[in-house]
Amino acid sequence: MQEPKSGVKGADQKLNITTIPHIITGQDILAWIVTKMKVSTEEAQAFGTMLVAFGYIYPLQNHKKLVLVPDSTQYRFQTPYFWPAQKWPAEDTDYAIYLAKRNIRKKGMLEPYEQQHYNNFHKWMNYKWDFIVMQATEQYKASKERKKPDRVVLDCQERAYWIVQRPPRRTHSAMDTGLDRLIDPNAEEILTFDVVRRTNIFLTQALMRSAVKSSVSLTAFVKYVTTHHVHDPFLTSPVPSNPWITDSDDFWQLNSRNVEIPTKLSVDRWALSFWELISDPRGRADFKLFLKKEHSGENMAFYEAAEEMRWGAATAIPEKSQFIFNTFLKPGAPRWINIDGRTMGLTVKGLDCPHRYVLDAAQTHIFLLMKKDTFYRYLKSPVYKDMQKRALVPAPHNFTDVQLEANAKNRNPGVSPIIQWQQQETEKAAAAAAARPIDVKAMLATNKLDRK
Amino acid sequence: MRFSMNPEMATQEVQPSETLSNLKAESDSLKTKLEDERAKLHDVELHQVAEKVDGLGQFIMKTRRTLKGHGNKVLCMDWCKDKRRIVSSSQDGKVIVWDAFTTNKEHAVTMPCTWVMACAYAPSGCAVACGGLDNKCSVYPLSLDKNENLAAKKKSVAMHTNYLSACSFTNSDMQILTSSGDGTCALWDVESGQLLQSFHGHAADVLCLDLAPSETGNTFVSGGCDKKANVWDMRSGQCIQSFETHESDINSVRYYPSGDAFASGSDDATCRLYDLRADREVAIYSKESIIFGASSVDFSLSGRLLFGGYNDYTINVWDVLKGTRVSILFGHENRVSTLRVSPDGTAFCSGSWDHTLRIWA
Repeated sequence: MQEPKSGVKGADQKLNITTIPHIITGQDILAWIVTKMKVSTEEAQAFGTMLVAFGYIYPLQNHKKLVLVPDSTQYRFQTPYFWPAQKWPAEDTDYAIYLAKRNIRKKGMLEPYEQQHYNNFHKWMNYKWDFIVMQATEQYKASKERKKPDRVVLDCQERAYWIVQRPPRRTHSAMDTGLDRLIDPNAEEILTFDVVRRTNIFLTQALMRSAVKSSVSLTAFVKYVTTHHVHDPFLTSPVPSNPWITDSDDFWQLNSRNVEIPTKLSVDRWALSFWELISDPRGRADFKLFLKKEHSGENMAFYEAAEEMRWGAATAIPEKSQFIFNTFLKPGAPRWINIDGRTMGLTVKGLDCPHRYVLDAAQTHIFLLMKKDTFYRYLKSPVYKDMQKRALVPAPHNFTDVQLEANAKNRNPGVSPIIQWQQQETEKAAAAAAARPIDVKAMLATNKLDRK
Repeated sequence: MRFSMNPEMATQEVQPSETLSNLKAESDSLKTKLEDERAKLHDVELHQVAEKVDGLGQFIMKTRRTLKGHGNKVLCMDWCKDKRRIVSSSQDGKVIVWDAFTTNKEHAVTMPCTWVMACAYAPSGCAVACGGLDNKCSVYPLSLDKNENLAAKKKSVAMHTNYLSACSFTNSDMQILTSSGDGTCALWDVESGQLLQSFHGHAADVLCLDLAPSETGNTFVSGGCDKKANVWDMRSGQCIQSFETHESDINSVRYYPSGDAFASGSDDATCRLYDLRADREVAIYSKESIIFGASSVDFSLSGRLLFGGYNDYTINVWDVLKGTRVSILFGHENRVSTLRVSPDGTAFCSGSWDHTLRIWA
């Protein structure tokens, strides 16, 4: 970049009375980056700002604002001595010397934040303050020996260096790298006997596992992307409109879990796979309706109960497993699920010492049953076909600018998720109560049954 | 995998020093064999398969909301399942729950530690989890009462021996998965604080994790400073797949929406896509002009777009299938530290060291 012929065009520039050599303007830097790196203007701007932020190029006038301004703002290349790539640690001692030097040259020239640093150093480095002042004086004397233009240039360079290394209040420093890693990843890994043995076991197992041909798995990705293309709001504009763009939350209202009539897009998405169907709360509700009509609701209920146990609290496991056994697995249970004898045997045996994964085998069996059989019957059923007919196709919004402004002022705060959760829990409890078998004796006792 | 060698324990038959070199040789030969086996199945490249797919048009993605309120670097954020609320955490210990749609702050918690690098929203929407330099992951139940002090009901769940780098709830509020600078990941029961399973295998800090979205929901992937991305079985604690093709720390891993692949973003300025069924890396997303590391990645709903937040203050949008960059977004004034797509895919949120969060759509 600094090449006289192929680099950024530089020129001499008068600053106050002295002439500073090799000034480059922001727009020239930008143009050069665009041509050399073959990128867009905005990208070149971002890249240029990085160069300035890290101190490879420094601005002359507004020296605290480290961005690349693409106009006639003046910049200079920083001398390699001060490049961050040199990795000199910017010691506090050096900074103190620099500040002291500036103070010697002209008292009261330090900015407030620099003054604060200086005062701090004076307090904490008092024991070597003589050394610091001596160094500062030496450097000051040495700089006086130099010619004025060189001195100005050197001052600018040094000042730019310290702006990067010790950023002023409320600015960001590009040198900030956050926390250090705990374990040094570049340190050689100590390959103990045990480590290597475990690696070998892992590799042997990996070899035993079969992998799929690339053509098969990659085609699957393409297929997934294609089928979900219309459902992706970034690729297909959502109807009626994207809430973030138009400030109207109709899209969320039309797709909520309690909505009476779902949108056509949702209904189509349910048909993509069983997993998509039950992942959408509205879809799951529709599926349960279908199961109720078929009198096979126990499968879904078992699946949900097993999921609850798997992901639930550890203390709830014994109670849940007892409930599940009594409701679904015990011979003569009110909602007995139809699984093969072997799985049933294993599951019941496992329930003696229940752990959260004890129902895995049964759950997988039921899930596959629903996925391979019930799901396809659902898609052909009147319940689903009716839903497809009734599904809404909302018209896209066409807001005027005035309307958009009004929307922005009246954003719907919606319902708090905490309240929604409480509602869901009450609904679930009511459904569970309704599903419990009716106790005839209890009803007789309360005289609810009229035998006349 | 950091056990010191105990001669009595290690030897079953022969002297350890003799067999160590044998084992290493065996290890190398197994590795080559595995690579050969996988190479045999590699009959086509992703961009070749993607040739039949239509190209993407121009994208107009703009900042739709700017959330200001953090007093320091924003380190992490997560979406609520209601698609509009988010939780974000920052370097000064503040954790804020926002309704991003209205830009209102709904809850705020001050953690007793700085550098809160991990935060997560519970699936129910009733709690948030966060942690960082305190080596713990704490769960704060949220309240409808604005004046209630949330710190009073705080529950300490996870305990690591070093900083917490990432946390995530599983399918319910009752379990949390965490990763830490001490090189391990762990699964915890929230109610009792009990450790359910621990995952050892990384040789350096683990920086990120993501749970698989598949119907079986039994695996998760983690990325670390040892340049490895490991896939784990949550039930047994075993590492079932491992990928080591990055050249530097892996800052972020995210599953592909179908669960059959995952993407990773690293300090080596590339993002890569790994196919789990073919057990190999299938794409590298990089450009000569991108020299800064990617701190955070996420997919759009269909998996066609990969959004990457980088340390040069920009966000790059990649076409996952064709491997090209579709768009570059500017706006942040410091490095982008975290990026997540909303649950229904209508927008994505980026958090940055410039103290702000931006919602893009």
